[in-house]
Amino acid sequence: MEILKTYKLYIGGQFTRTESGRSYAIVSPSGQHIANACQGSKKDVRNAVQAARKAQSSWAGKSAFNRSQIIYRIAEMLEARKGQFLEELQALGSDLKSATQEVESSIDRCVYYAGWADKFQTLLGSVNPVASSHFNFSVPEAMGVVGVVACQQTALMGLVSQVLPAIIGGNTVVVIANNQLPLCAISFAEVLATSDVPGGVVNILTGEISEMLPTLSSHMDVNALSIAPIEAKLQQMAQEEAIDNLKRVRIFAEPLYTENAQGLPYIADFQEIKTTWHPVEQIAGGAGGY
Amino acid sequence: MMSQTNWKLEPSLESAAQIQLQAQYELFIDGKWQKPLSKNYFNSVNPADESHLAKIAWGNAEDVDLAVLAARRAYDTVWSKLSGAERGKYLFRIARLMQEKAKELAILETLDGGKPIRESRDIDIPLACNHFFYYAGWADKLQEAFAGQQVSALGVAGQITPWNFPLLMLAWKVAPALACGNTVVLKPAETTSLTALKFAEICQEAGLPAGVVNIVTGYGDTGAALVAHPDVDKIAFTGSTAVGKHIQKACIGTSKKLTLELGGKSANIILEDAPIDQAVEGVINSIFFNQGHVCCAGSRLFVQESIAERVLEKLKFRLQSIYVGHPLDKNTDIGAINSKKQLETIERYISLGLAEGAEIYQPDCTLPSKGFYCKPTLFTDVAQSARIAQEEVFGPVLTIQTFRTMEEVVQKANNSPYGLAAGVWTDKGARIFGLSQQLKAGVVWANTYNKFDPASPFGGYKESGFGREGGRHGLSAYLKFSN
Repeated sequence: MEILKTYKLYIGGQFTRTESGRSYAIVSPSGQHIANACQGSKKDVRNAVQAARKAQSSWAGKSAFNRSQIIYRIAEMLEARKGQFLEELQALGSDLKSATQEVESSIDRCVYYAGWADKFQTLLGSVNPVASSHFNFSVPEAMGVVGVVACQQTALMGLVSQVLPAIIGGNTVVVIANNQLPLCAISFAEVLATSDVPGGVVNILTGEISEMLPTLSSHMDVNALSIAPIEAKLQQMAQEEAIDNLKRVRIFAEPLYTENAQGLPYIADFQEIKTTWHPVEQIAGGAGGY
Repeated sequence: MMSQTNWKLEPSLESAAQIQLQAQYELFIDGKWQKPLSKNYFNSVNPADESHLAKIAWGNAEDVDLAVLAARRAYDTVWSKLSGAERGKYLFRIARLMQEKAKELAILETLDGGKPIRESRDIDIPLACNHFFYYAGWADKLQEAFAGQQVSALGVAGQITPWNFPLLMLAWKVAPALACGNTVVLKPAETTSLTALKFAEICQEAGLPAGVVNIVTGYGDTGAALVAHPDVDKIAFTGSTAVGKHIQKACIGTSKKLTLELGGKSANIILEDAPIDQAVEGVINSIFFNQGHVCCAGSRLFVQESIAERVLEKLKFRLQSIYVGHPLDKNTDIGAINSKKQLETIERYISLGLAEGAEIYQPDCTLPSKGFYCKPTLFTDVAQSARIAQEEVFGPVLTIQTFRTMEEVVQKANNSPYGLAAGVWTDKGARIFGLSQQLKAGVVWANTYNKFDPASPFGGYKESGFGREGGRHGLSAYLKFSN
């Protein structure tokens, strides 16, 4: 007899059932019952935000080089579990060719962003020639906790394309996964859990967007939102709820699973710019001559 | 104990004789002065003595519509067709004209807003000129500024400026907007319209094509009409967090690009190894500059416990020589509070501080009998949860708290919904960098405060708004990006 997998939520590095005790059936296009997924609740969102907040400063405090290595490790583990993702994607209706392409593109995207971890600062920051005697410089800094509503068209590629540019820059994320195709999101959590990504950096919830998004977008400890194309009414609700603590809201008009939907701007979307004025002592007579 | 000093200064009033105010100012739309369709005018008052300055047009939604129409036409037919280099030349020319009229602009700014002439002359106006000069040079280098991306202008920018740095905030908004190829409709704050109207004259004198800059004076309803206008592509707002949130809401569901520069409750931190006299001067500048009407004012002072008593004593002593007086007097350190309304707000917060159990210190100085003035005010024994330690007062009111460890002060400083700026006073460079990394603020000043420069990006974290003004980063607010 086949052993069926239980798909749980991923919060604070732990696979937990929803506190609500609810689940929903994941059904293949041919109507076959594949698995049950947890139907996450408002309380699960709050728990996930708490875990993300707790993990944020130490994640941002790691050296950029270290974050780069950890993200590269995600690519390695994804490659190692390729078969599992292919099976899930096919069970959910993809043919082998497009499933293979999706998994390989997702791996490539991880490698791509791994390489950015210690480089985007050079391009987004600046040294500013102010008139007074100060060393004035601007550096990008993580916004903090980013709420992600993942792509609802793809099971893996869209999720990877939204999560990676946010965490590479030191943010932690709370993800509401694809409602109809949540299996790869939880399998991706298994990749994360075995990739040296500290618990809490990525938290993944499955369930109804309409139930969880109001809590996520109004949560006072969430700093920004990354929203893939979703129903206009939900999108507008999230934007309105976000105003209370002035969340930075990035709404993607186009899905992010496409080949060119990657790059520095996707990292910059979730970075603040901090400018520091450091005094420079004027040394009398020292004109810097040879 | 330091001795009391009796400072007596001879008044040294800057003459306002060269200023020829008109009795009535119209709207500046499509390169011409146009009477408002609203037929309404409001009075502008000199906060230094409550005297009447001029009648100013109060634009309504129809007036805003005309201005946006003019801006769109200018964008379509002239401004978007010019090369960056040509746009830059107009900006350089405007910068030069502003420099030539610097004295007049400074006096006008002080008459209208109440800030000390020393500040408008030495800080506001030169910085405003420099801002135009700085962004003029970017106009033909935009593609280089953002490698790997295609950039283009947005179109018509609606801009709403505050009353605390009227011309400087105009410069922060208009200069990058024009450099990036946009046209502008600007709504200045109702209490401080005069330098914006003078700027309109400068645009005329510079030969700027009609409609590239339009100025619609008025109150909040005028600004709301601008925000709501469907043909505006960009809104830039500097002002209160409450109004900023309304604007953000109004922009939902539109394609308007938005930047907000809002309130603050910035922490100014003195560590025990700091050069104390320099730090005390820094505190004076951080909270009493421009009567404390500064969004990034260092309104929460944190002093390390071991030096707290000494710092407080020196601060109180220094307060006795602060000169509160007529803004046109060159001796004046603290001028007039911008409006009666703002004075009432500040006084309400001072009463609140007392009611909350904090201890107050104000120097023994006499305030002018007419006009809106407020004594520099210190509060000690302030609880972290007190409203005067949490909310923006926007006046010369400082709360003073102490701390023991670095962890403690980082935690206290960051415990605010705001995140605009912070100050750090220490002799150790490593501590400056360390604290700067920890403080959640868009600007960190080390051993200085309230310094501004066109090359230096400015803007906040959290509820202090989003987007940056100044520097290369300031360009992004006025550009459309495509991969």
